[in-house]
Amino acid sequence: MLEVRNLSAGYPGRTVLEDVSLAVRPGRVLVLLGPNGCGKSTLLRTMPGLLPPLAGEVLLDGRPLKDYRPREAAQRIAYLPQSRSVPRITARRMVLHGRFPYLSYPRRCRREDYEAVDRALAAADALELADRPLPELSGGQRQKVYLAMALAQETETVLMDEPTTYLDIRHQLEVLALARRLAEAGRGVALVLHDLCLALTAADDAAVLAGGRLLALGGPEEIYQSGILARVMGVRLDRAAGPEGWRYFCELRSEG
Amino acid sequence: MKDSRTFSIPTKSVLPALGGLAALSALLSLCLGAVPVAPGEVLAALLGRGSGPAAQIVLYARLPRTCGCLLAGAALAMSGTVIQGVLGNPLAAPNVIGVNAGAGLCTAVCAALWPARTAALPFAAFLGALGGVLLVLFIGSRTGASKMTLVLAGVAVSGMFSAGIDAVLSFFPDALNGYTDFRVGGVANLSMSRVSPAFWVILAAALLALSLAGELDVLLLGEETARSLGLPARRLRLILLALAAALAGAAVSFAGLLGFVGLIAPHMVRRLVGEDSSARLLRGAALGGAALLTLCDILARTLFAPYELPVGVVLSLLGGPFFLWLLLRQRRGRGSGYA
Repeated sequence: MLEVRNLSAGYPGRTVLEDVSLAVRPGRVLVLLGPNGCGKSTLLRTMPGLLPPLAGEVLLDGRPLKDYRPREAAQRIAYLPQSRSVPRITARRMVLHGRFPYLSYPRRCRREDYEAVDRALAAADALELADRPLPELSGGQRQKVYLAMALAQETETVLMDEPTTYLDIRHQLEVLALARRLAEAGRGVALVLHDLCLALTAADDAAVLAGGRLLALGGPEEIYQSGILARVMGVRLDRAAGPEGWRYFCELRSEG
Repeated sequence: MKDSRTFSIPTKSVLPALGGLAALSALLSLCLGAVPVAPGEVLAALLGRGSGPAAQIVLYARLPRTCGCLLAGAALAMSGTVIQGVLGNPLAAPNVIGVNAGAGLCTAVCAALWPARTAALPFAAFLGALGGVLLVLFIGSRTGASKMTLVLAGVAVSGMFSAGIDAVLSFFPDALNGYTDFRVGGVANLSMSRVSPAFWVILAAALLALSLAGELDVLLLGEETARSLGLPARRLRLILLALAAALAGAAVSFAGLLGFVGLIAPHMVRRLVGEDSSARLLRGAALGGAALLTLCDILARTLFAPYELPVGVVLSLLGGPFFLWLLLRQRRGRGSGYA
């Protein structure tokens, strides 16, 4: 299990977040919410060790993450950054790079690596894209390939920074459905999402970040009832009963 | 229908084809020149069974020259491939970012101060090349490392180093005696004793670079992704640039400031073999660069025979327009691809 304890995150001379404690639990989808610039992405980058913690700790199964070799950590934690490059390679090749942490020095792929790639492509519904060059794919298709790459890493924890941004609604829902399937398969998933309504529907746990602090952490119901999310986002948050549970919606708060 | 497949040679046969082209150009290079020598005689000379002036020409003039061309072409093309990949910049190349000029300066200084130590030249050149690349990298990182700043910094650094070379050559006009065309790059009057130390440096650096091709592939995915896959991106970038410096430096130490191979050959090969695998790209660049430089050298000494041009001149005359054509073509391809 990946967790952070009393973590301060940010860059030298610029602390973005202070005293954050939370965990990405196996079998659950954790969603990080908060206004722009609240440090969601900074937190997500600190969790796999891309940024060193300014204070506090990042723990992987109770051991400080920095005690793990980078390769070991990469076998346990997959991280999908917000900005991704689009090299001129085929989708399958891209996904194959997800196996990198498992290959020792001369980096020859074994049969099990190709099998893991096929499994990951299938799980991300990207098998039919496998032989197409990445630059030719649409944004949604590319996202599936990136997701497949993270899946090919076969980690117990998957962190994704804004995996639904720039996607049409169908692809957004597909990404969230995939996150759900990953959790059901026993993995821990953490997502940064901007769409509160989708996030509250998709999450098992939600963390609300604002003003450099973790303000609330709990189930969607709890977070909704506390009203804190609506307050920090400056919107009115409502919900209605849908056929498959609560559906949330946001409106501009009318002052008065 | 898209530009990635415009040259539709089956990818698998590209490397053998490039290898064949390199071999053919090597054979031609041994046969052609002021005095044509028949392939049979060339073979006899190479096997030590030749005699007479033809064998002498093949063994002592054309063989070192051909080896030098193959070696310098392969090394500079591989160096360019690595540099373009690591810096994520298609405009980068050893001559653009100050690597060649740095190597040239150190070669000139070493040759001026220790004229007898020819075996030390590749290592001096390596230090100069490394100095060039680190300086450009440092300037780039201080100014935000946009692709354009890196190139501009390289132009400035190259300019300074070139001035240094000119200064050294003004004080020690005989320092590079035997390097007929150091400033534009040339392989006339090469001897095996000058090529062989560089050969070992190039061989070692090329094998190391090939063994790190998987790492280079991952580095191309961007720093964040590379690091999240467990790759120590910064260290690897430095190692790869050092290898690129060794490759280019060793080539410059005997062939002078050959510019265009390192820029053009990677682009040509990229179009031929695709970009799926850096290992294949590096091998293709080595073969393609070797063939390209050797063919240019053949032209250099046959076009105006018995007069010779330095190979660097031919390379620039052919390479410049070719590169522009590539650029225009790429632009158009990209435009229509999205239209």
